[in-house]
Amino acid sequence: MLIRNLCNIALASIVLTLSGCKGGVLDPKGQIGYDEKNLIIIATVLMLLVVIPVIVMTLYFAWKYRDSRTHEIYAPKWAHSTKIEAVVWAVPILIVLVLGVITWESTHRLDPYKPLEGKGEHITVEVVSLNWKWLFIYPEQGIATVNELVFPANVPVEFKITSESTMNSFFIPQLGSQIYSMAGMQTKLHLIADEPGTFKGISANYSGAGFSGMKFNAIATPTQANFDDWVSNIKAQGNTLTKDGYYELAEPTENHPVTYYGNVEDDLFHTILMKFMVHMSGKNDISEMKGMEHKMGEHKDHSGHSDHSAHSSHTQGEE
Amino acid sequence: MSTLSADLASTNVDAASTHDDHHDHHDTSGDTVFGFWLYLMTDCLLFASFFATYAVLFMNTAGGVSGKDIFELDFVAVETAALLLSSITFGFAMIAAQGQKKALTLIWLLVTFCLGAVFIGMEIYEFHHLIVNGHGPQHSAFLSSFFALVGLHGLHVTAGLIWMTIMMIEVARRGLGKATVTRLSCLSLFWHFLDIVWICVFTVVYLMGAM
Amino acid sequence: MSFLGKITMDAIPLHDPILVVTMIGIAIGGLVLLGLITKYKKWGILWRDWITSVDHKRLGIMYIILALIMLFRGFSDAILMRSQLALATNGSPGYLPPEHYDQIFTAHGVIMIIFMAMPFMVGLMNIILPLQIGARDVAFPFLNNLSFWLTASGAILMNISLVFGEFAKTGWVAYPPLSELTFSPGVGVDYYIWALQISGLGTLLTSVNFLVTVFKMRAPGMTLMKMPIFTWTCTWANILIAASFPILTAVLAMLTLDRYMDFHFFTNDLGGNSMMYINLFWAWGHPEVYILVLPAFGIFSEIISTFTGKRLFGYKSMIYASGAISILGFIVWLHHFFTMGSSANVNAFFGVMTMIIAVPTGVKLFNWLFTIYRGRLRITVPVLWTLGFMVTFTIGGMTGVLLAIPGADYVLHNSLFLIAHFHNTIIGGAVFGYLAGFAFWFPKAMGFKLNEKWGKVSFWCWIVGFFVAFMPLYVLGFLGMTRRLNHTNTPEWNFWLYLAAVGAIIIMFGIIAQVIQLYVSFRDREALDDKTGDPWNGHTLEWASTSPPQAYNFAVIPHVDDIDAWTDMKEKGQAYVTKESYSPIHMPKNTSAGVLMGATLTIFCFAMVWHIWWLAGAGLIGAIAVFIKRCYCNDVDYYVQPDEILETEKAFNLSGREGVKA
Repeated sequence: MLIRNLCNIALASIVLTLSGCKGGVLDPKGQIGYDEKNLIIIATVLMLLVVIPVIVMTLYFAWKYRDSRTHEIYAPKWAHSTKIEAVVWAVPILIVLVLGVITWESTHRLDPYKPLEGKGEHITVEVVSLNWKWLFIYPEQGIATVNELVFPANVPVEFKITSESTMNSFFIPQLGSQIYSMAGMQTKLHLIADEPGTFKGISANYSGAGFSGMKFNAIATPTQANFDDWVSNIKAQGNTLTKDGYYELAEPTENHPVTYYGNVEDDLFHTILMKFMVHMSGKNDISEMKGMEHKMGEHKDHSGHSDHSAHSSHTQGEE
Repeated sequence: MSTLSADLASTNVDAASTHDDHHDHHDTSGDTVFGFWLYLMTDCLLFASFFATYAVLFMNTAGGVSGKDIFELDFVAVETAALLLSSITFGFAMIAAQGQKKALTLIWLLVTFCLGAVFIGMEIYEFHHLIVNGHGPQHSAFLSSFFALVGLHGLHVTAGLIWMTIMMIEVARRGLGKATVTRLSCLSLFWHFLDIVWICVFTVVYLMGAM
Repeated sequence: MSFLGKITMDAIPLHDPILVVTMIGIAIGGLVLLGLITKYKKWGILWRDWITSVDHKRLGIMYIILALIMLFRGFSDAILMRSQLALATNGSPGYLPPEHYDQIFTAHGVIMIIFMAMPFMVGLMNIILPLQIGARDVAFPFLNNLSFWLTASGAILMNISLVFGEFAKTGWVAYPPLSELTFSPGVGVDYYIWALQISGLGTLLTSVNFLVTVFKMRAPGMTLMKMPIFTWTCTWANILIAASFPILTAVLAMLTLDRYMDFHFFTNDLGGNSMMYINLFWAWGHPEVYILVLPAFGIFSEIISTFTGKRLFGYKSMIYASGAISILGFIVWLHHFFTMGSSANVNAFFGVMTMIIAVPTGVKLFNWLFTIYRGRLRITVPVLWTLGFMVTFTIGGMTGVLLAIPGADYVLHNSLFLIAHFHNTIIGGAVFGYLAGFAFWFPKAMGFKLNEKWGKVSFWCWIVGFFVAFMPLYVLGFLGMTRRLNHTNTPEWNFWLYLAAVGAIIIMFGIIAQVIQLYVSFRDREALDDKTGDPWNGHTLEWASTSPPQAYNFAVIPHVDDIDAWTDMKEKGQAYVTKESYSPIHMPKNTSAGVLMGATLTIFCFAMVWHIWWLAGAGLIGAIAVFIKRCYCNDVDYYVQPDEILETEKAFNLSGREGVKA
């Protein structure tokens, strides 16, 4: 019975979390986050259709057929029933079938690489994970920030993500999906904030000693105008991020303070990305590299590309 | 290194449980050969992992040489011929062993050993040649995966040669008892297996790489 | 390079008070143990009957002792982590700085998976599987001893890393580029590599050994479809080991080459591809979790059918379900990194494949339910673990399916939700299974039953502690807390972090209760004695032997006509029958080759970690030499004489028949 109570407590706490807790993935502030929260709820409810009966049956059967109840039917040799077997295979298959359809559809709908439709033009932010801080470059505005991300609410944001060193995961829980940042590769993520606010951003993949301090605030400004003001403010401060300055910045630091750069050397993100990418063509020619990146930039980028070959060859290996 | 001990570990199989004339016990030499087969399957997966890695990394030349630049097919063809031939001669050694012909078995084993040694010698020469020309495994992911895959095979062949030496001593000293023939069967399986792996290496790495 | 490689006095972490206390504790404990062995003159027995033993029962017991020791170590790590996270809130740094804390969570993961769960599983399999199929030993007894010592060597290396140097600070998956020399220049990752490599080799040899045993050494009449269910699930697990551990060997070898010889498999520069490591690692890692849990499923099946006094419902269904899980287990590895940027098609494919595994797993749960149905369930300690498992694992399975949906995983990946999920399945599935099997088969292995009262106390502490410790982690995952954080500064999380720490302490009481249980049972072993060899009215052949079984297991190999072979024999009156005479039994002799190879390979690995090349060479050559010598030694067996067998059989069958009457 204690087990049952505990389950109740567990379920209750989950329900509580669903309804009221602030700041997590169940308190979304953007379209992607909303969709993912709904997906979690729908899938959980569907699964509870099997899970609750199984738990109840376990406890009920254990109680009903315990050895002191000698008046119950005892059938020691009964071990097969085609009917029951058919049902116990069919029920999970049905649930998984439904879940499978939901999975297929939602995975395509929520693909982090897919631009958000019907929300207008997006702005682009280039994200670089460094040991142990986040660098955000705004190519359209020509500015950069460290450990603070600002963008207007209700405008889709396209993140192009890479890493200087180890693998991290770029994640703003209240806005939805995360994606890995990996050196020499570019991953992409599309998010939107449906309301203004300050949301926590983290690295969701352990990357060494300073990992716990690898946090930033993601600030969605109420209007585009607010965002433009913020940009011009930073521009006014000057402070240029040059290539040399970048390498200095890339040195390991912990709990790095928020820093603004009013100017960024052209193509810095591209330089960081290409640093490790020479291997792709066998030549060191930068112009060729650009073509390469462009080709891979069409949705799959480098990671997907390599991933595919990894899978196919790997599957062969298994056989 | 661990591969080496894995190889050897499985050979122990017979030593642990094979004994000639205990008829009340079930036929353990069958167990030994079956166990060795299973081990070879696991080894096959080890190679598969290295093949998969090679397939992923062989384009990643980091601006350095690619297969086309460094593979000398003629040389490798001779190497391959030596190994393939050694499989045939091992076959003769096994036929001789089944027929309880001790001297003939030893001669064929020796021939097999020599062919295997030629293969290994040529491989070491190839590696050495590449390294002194600045194409060592440190220079690119392609070279790393190439050296690792081919080197893993070479390490297996070397282990096979050591094992073969011990088998020759055993045959010379103890003759061709049931346990010894079982051990020879395992070594023969191992040797043919390495041959098959090499055919894959030759095709995937050298032929496709040189194209 | 100096004579001692990279070792200096700085390698010994004297600056860290926690480690110093631990070291002193280990030193005192070790000295007391050595002193006791010397005082009671047990060295000879220890060497002759245990260390050099090739008897699968004794090796099984040693595996389980190793697993329990490592459970204490791994659990201490858990307590350290939970207390750090309970203290390091609101911006406080807590008492464990990242340099130490990061080693602890890495060690916790490696120890619990590789050196607690695996040896526990292999230990139970060692003791029971040959008995269940009516065999006298495994196919290759020396190899079995060697496998144990290779596993033990890995565990010893893990513990050496406490005293010399450090352990990896990479997380138990050791993803490059973090685990490459550039970002982890210390010896920690090298300890990780060699400890895993050497124990993985032992596991691989075990799987080959047991596959041959199962396919070649079953008692006459036992067709594959009459094998006990535990043997079946172990066989599936062994197939998985044989198919997946080579991939681990390969990927660790590649990381070794990267770190030792400047290769570029997974580095950032010169064309390396860290994603290849991650793919290969999980191509081993995912089957690995089924390797852990399938035998546990087998244990639950045996327990449920024994204690309901019924046949297992849907025996064939169970076998096919296990097979389906094993095969599907190989095509789902990508769900460990949906967030790597694969295309929606790839992610969706792996998500759906993962969910499909829920089908055979669900079928198994229903089959256990219908085994209880119309049975007479005796609520013993093994049954409590089983019921606890059925409830807990169902929840863990549900959260697993949720994580298999890429859209949900995008927000739950790497969060504490994930941590809660896999502890829910590994503790609630595998560990509960092993503890159930421990209680169930303890009388068989040791000759006396375990105290029920303390067993129940332990069970309730474990299960309550489990829910209190891990349900908060689900909540924290939803609140956006990611794994491997060293300290937090989010007041909303604090309550749940405190609660999780309380849960860990409750589990600790469960472990203490188990220690007390062992002590009390040993003290009262006369009263708890099992003379019949069949204390639970069991179904399968392990209960047809004495408790503990003779070295040769069965005086006469039984003929099997039914899945529940022993029940069948009891019903036909074939149980406890003494023959007039017996044939001599051929048995393998003990050997010191296994432990010597374990020792030399430990030296080899240690020397490799510290770059002491001459010592590494010596260790490796030593191991190979011992091995070759052993292989060509012909004096490896002996005979048990018929009169000795007759004596034993008479006494056993008499007490067995008395037991049946009573």
